Amino acid sequence: MNLEVLLPLLLLPPLVGAAVNGIYGRRFSQGMVSLIACASAGLSMLVAILVAWTYSTTSTGPAPFSHSYFTWIQAGDLRADVALYYDRLTLVMTLTVTVVAFLIHLYSRGYMEHEGGYYRFFSYLNLFLFMMLTLITAANYPLMFVGWEGVGLCSYLLIGFYFRKQSASDAGKKAFIVTRIGDAGFTVGVALLFWTFKTLDFQTVFARIGELPPGQYAGTLTAIGLAIFLGAAGKSAQLPLYVWLPDAMEGPTPVSALIHAATMVTAGVYLVARSSILYAHAPKALAVVGVVGGLTALFASTIALAQNDLKRMLAYSTISQLGYMFLGCGVGVFAAGIFHLMTHAFFKSLLFLAAGSVMHAMNGELDMRKMGGLRHKLRITHATFFIATLAISGVPMFAGFFSKDEILAGAYEGPLGQTWLYWLGTLTAGLTAFYMFRALCLTFWGKSRVEPETAHHLHESGFKMTGPLLALAFLSIVGGYVSWPRALGGGEAFDRYLEPVFGPAEEALRNAHVHNPEGLSGGALMTFSVLAACIGIGLGIWWYWKSIDTPRKLAQRFAGLHEVLIHKYYIDEFYNWLIVHPIHILSEKFLWRVVDQGAIDGVLVNGAGEVSTEVGGVLRRIQSGNIRSYAAWVLLGAVLWLLYVLVIH
Amino acid sequence: MTVLFYICAALAILAALNVIRQRTPVYSALSLIVVLCALALVYLLLGAEFMAVIQVIVYAGAIMVLFVFVIMLLNAGKETSRQRSRLARWLGVPLVTAFLAEILIAVWSQFPPVAASPPPPPDGSPAAIGTLLFRSYVLPFEVTSILILVAVLGAVVLAKKEF
Amino acid sequence: MVPLSHYLALSAILFVLGGAGFIIRRNMISVVMCIELMLNGVNLAFIAFSRFRGNLDGQLFVFFVIVVAAAEAAVGLAIIIAVQRNRDTLDLEDVDSMKL
Repeated sequence: MNLEVLLPLLLLPPLVGAAVNGIYGRRFSQGMVSLIACASAGLSMLVAILVAWTYSTTSTGPAPFSHSYFTWIQAGDLRADVALYYDRLTLVMTLTVTVVAFLIHLYSRGYMEHEGGYYRFFSYLNLFLFMMLTLITAANYPLMFVGWEGVGLCSYLLIGFYFRKQSASDAGKKAFIVTRIGDAGFTVGVALLFWTFKTLDFQTVFARIGELPPGQYAGTLTAIGLAIFLGAAGKSAQLPLYVWLPDAMEGPTPVSALIHAATMVTAGVYLVARSSILYAHAPKALAVVGVVGGLTALFASTIALAQNDLKRMLAYSTISQLGYMFLGCGVGVFAAGIFHLMTHAFFKSLLFLAAGSVMHAMNGELDMRKMGGLRHKLRITHATFFIATLAISGVPMFAGFFSKDEILAGAYEGPLGQTWLYWLGTLTAGLTAFYMFRALCLTFWGKSRVEPETAHHLHESGFKMTGPLLALAFLSIVGGYVSWPRALGGGEAFDRYLEPVFGPAEEALRNAHVHNPEGLSGGALMTFSVLAACIGIGLGIWWYWKSIDTPRKLAQRFAGLHEVLIHKYYIDEFYNWLIVHPIHILSEKFLWRVVDQGAIDGVLVNGAGEVSTEVGGVLRRIQSGNIRSYAAWVLLGAVLWLLYVLVIH
Repeated sequence: MTVLFYICAALAILAALNVIRQRTPVYSALSLIVVLCALALVYLLLGAEFMAVIQVIVYAGAIMVLFVFVIMLLNAGKETSRQRSRLARWLGVPLVTAFLAEILIAVWSQFPPVAASPPPPPDGSPAAIGTLLFRSYVLPFEVTSILILVAVLGAVVLAKKEF
Repeated sequence: MVPLSHYLALSAILFVLGGAGFIIRRNMISVVMCIELMLNGVNLAFIAFSRFRGNLDGQLFVFFVIVVAAAEAAVGLAIIIAVQRNRDTLDLEDVDSMKL
């Protein structure tokens, strides 16, 4: 089995599954639909493993594999093939995506049982998987953009899944439109890239960039880098284009887990990582990436502190963690960013799925103030949620600790690292631990604040849902062991594994920027982050375990700040005032009234009709029935014609 | 000889003017006869004696008689002048003058008065015309006979009192 | 020798007068008579050309014109009689039902 054949086999099952379920699903039973969908996802996962094995045991070593299947676009210099690309980065991404997607497909079997539109859901979910895999395995920017847009489409379809609900369909539209702004940046960046290098194929472009002498095309490359980052910021919900992600929680919980925690939102990180060579030669752009990532991480975590809706809090947490990933890429440790992407996929999707389990038990309620003490009734959900919380808080020996620590170390001593970014990241880590344990306490520990009618309904979910939870919990623990930090005596295997991919970029950065950190050793850094985690955890438990009096009093004391946080810094309202409302006014008052009704309807359409009628009315009078006037007209014609013949001829 | 032409020309023109000026159709018809006869004289001057005679016999003698008969039959009286289109009033005379001017200009530019000596006049005798008629133009000749037949039938049908 | 253009000028004048009369007159029969006037103007032109070109074709043409004019006059007058019987008018202004 060679890779040429295997790679398409990776992509096809979900597409076929989506098509079959989409076209025939209405007549199938629920069991049949979920069988087709999960089998497709499972098949993809198996093929991904097979591909990974084939690639790793092949004799060409870590060199990337690329094969073009057919020419899609050929217009002058622009050539874009349907070509697939596979290297170690792709390996990591495909395994992560397919495993998590498969588990979530399994979970959805149970979760969506009593919701409507079963076959539609699975069709969209499969389609999403196909698009995401296309995005990851594409060998050139246009094909990647196809997957990019495709996941955006599926995201819209799935966020607005309950389309009869106004807020859900609004959220879908918001997601699509905001990411569109980012997509515009992406397109501009790609266009600039083509204009400069005359090709969009990854291998060719990156080779050409790599050969550039330092400093050449610096301005253009920076522009490209910033434009592409705009696209990434849109898709991965960074400042200022993050506003769609919290609203996206209107979609079913498996959607939030798959798309808005593990896969689609990481597409932006993948884009930046894939273009690492580009950013290595445009360090100013890369610095922007890092700063934006860091600021977003802090910003979002402050909002998460005050949220009462469980899923919304997790959404802001996702934004914050994505910020970490960009921070990692932005300081030059791309491998660390990807590492965090992988571990985050495990524990964040677990968190969402567990939240879904809670939602099921609570009959749809998500307000944490109405929960409490659920660990007695929801044992497995609680256990897995706890494990994921430990992971995300950066508790040692759980997955999140390893990845987050690498990023923070990079922020301190990486090629583009800045010390203030390190402290920012550490502070955010503390906040993350705090709000996650807050959520844990409010939801599962302490006294039950559940309303009586809902309390009757409380029950642990079936194995269909808890099975995947357990699998993801396992990954959240062991997922980090692939890269044991140097400070603890390990060899950072994951980083070394991705060396062939990111090596050229990291080397270019190191050559160009010599960064002398102030001398804190790796061990000291690690201690600080663990300390931050512990402070956060301690505070969270202290305030929220037994009773919620302390935070309540604090909220009253600092009512203004509390309001601002609950209202998410009023950013949505700001955007509404700045952008949405003016466009609405423009559309209604000008474009509709003036242009459409007035100009097009009035002048062009009705006007044309009226002119015809008027002219017709005038011309009609010639046909008067009066013979003498006919003769007169004939005479007139003869005179004019004779005039023409005599004078002009 | 040339003087005669100019006299006949002037006569024709005056009579034509009268045709269009007279209110009573009978007077117009009579003026038209004068025009026809003047033209017949001009034909004679041009050496087309057969045509001149035909003009008088057929045109003036048969067609105009028919006209007079019909006028009498229908008791056509004086024309009354009712509303006139203002367009015709203001545009009529200039238009007609322009038309005439154009034609005269065309004619003058094509055939300037100073001409080279013309070829000898053709033989306008009945024999000559007859020869041409029954040799080169026999088909139109036969067709016109059918035409006349049709016209007769048509006139009879159209003017019938009831079917 | 009267030049050709004079003959043609006379022909033109007669034709134009006929045309003017066609537009001016309101009596149907007068209108048909003006048509005859126009035809005669044309006939004169033909005969003149026949003289100045030296062949008889022009005169032959006049022959046919006269024949056709006769037929046309007959049929036209028959129509006028029919119209007068049906509408009791000889005024062209009254015969205007073919209008939009």
